[in-house]
Amino acid sequence: MDFQSCVNIKKEWDIVGARQLGRDIAKKIGFGTVDQARIATAISELARNIYLYAGSGKVCFEAIDDMNHKGLSIIAVDEGPGIEELSQVMEDGFSTSGGLGAGLPGVKRLMDEFDIVSEQGRGTEIKVVKWLR
Amino acid sequence: MDAKLKSLVLENSNDIVKMWLEEVQSNKNKEYTSTISDELFESTNREFVNVIFSSIENQGLSSELDDFSERLINLGWPLSYLTDGMQVFRRVTIDFILSQSDKVDSEYLSRVMQKVDAWVGPIINRLVNEYSGSWEHIVSLQRVALQELSAPLIPVMENITVMPLIGTIDTERAKLIMENLLDGVIKHHADVVLIDITGVPVVDTMVAHHIIQAAEAVRLIGSTCILVGIRPEIAQTIVNLGIDLTKFPTKSSLRKGFQSALELTNRKIVTTEEKDESIEKLIDSLDGE
Repeated sequence: MDFQSCVNIKKEWDIVGARQLGRDIAKKIGFGTVDQARIATAISELARNIYLYAGSGKVCFEAIDDMNHKGLSIIAVDEGPGIEELSQVMEDGFSTSGGLGAGLPGVKRLMDEFDIVSEQGRGTEIKVVKWLR
Repeated sequence: MDAKLKSLVLENSNDIVKMWLEEVQSNKNKEYTSTISDELFESTNREFVNVIFSSIENQGLSSELDDFSERLINLGWPLSYLTDGMQVFRRVTIDFILSQSDKVDSEYLSRVMQKVDAWVGPIINRLVNEYSGSWEHIVSLQRVALQELSAPLIPVMENITVMPLIGTIDTERAKLIMENLLDGVIKHHADVVLIDITGVPVVDTMVAHHIIQAAEAVRLIGSTCILVGIRPEIAQTIVNLGIDLTKFPTKSSLRKGFQSALELTNRKIVTTEEKDESIEKLIDSLDGE
């Protein structure tokens, strides 16, 4: 199972599309309902961030299969304005749009691995991984 | 020369139709018409080509064309059948005209192509318009139907109303939920509103944010909001996300929520005396007579 599929995020309804594809892939890999909900929620947060702050971008899914590990990696890429202060957005309760400010720190808690690279004016790339236990 | 071309095509329509039918038949192997029976496919082809010729003959689009496309739309034939058919017709007709002419120079060729395009173009446009018009109509109908379903408010009892939410919540719907909720609370004099999220597939920070705002707004107009239908996996993701839902009561199921709504309005569910007993009493009293 080595494939990569992407969903372009341009409209609000693309978030739903990304979520559904991610959930399907997670189900195929063998995640339980709780982890499926976690993954779907994380995708929802990442895709919504793209839609709200960058305008457009894409969310890619890849099933990982090591010798003894199975998992799902999700990469959210945009070419938006980038994030000014990375440590700030990882704090609970920080939001520039009047939201709850639980998005990115929440995603980090929902998933097992979390990587963020952001360059101002260039865009943001977030990679998260959930391992099958 | 234009008139000559037209009469040439019309006089030899049988040959052109034959060539066209052969080509279209060979296209049938393509995926989109594989489920259609051979008979129906053939009769539709014949009708299609007749419609094309009648609109060329009458120098314009006929009502036959509208009827024909409307019927195909209703039967669910793909648009590509019609556009492919028209392209084939264009190719076949040009081939035919050129094969009938003795000398072919570039000027003549371009005249022929222009003329055939002038026949084919309007028909394609009309067909595409008919199809997209019907799609737009369907989409707008479904949009209205969805909107009617998106935020219903049900007054189940005096002072208690329920808003069952099913499906994805986007910004537009969140707005509608808020409006319907506040309007309904005032209209039905509700003391308690139950928001049921059993059917909401994903509760992310945006959805939670809108629910918190709605509950807060309900509190401001003097009513209580109870969030019900929180599934175990949703509860876990809410905790992981770190969303604070302590400002209003939450329950796992609508039933439990309804019970606490009754308590809040100083009522409770009482089981009435069992029917069997009352019947026995009735029989006893009858025996006594």
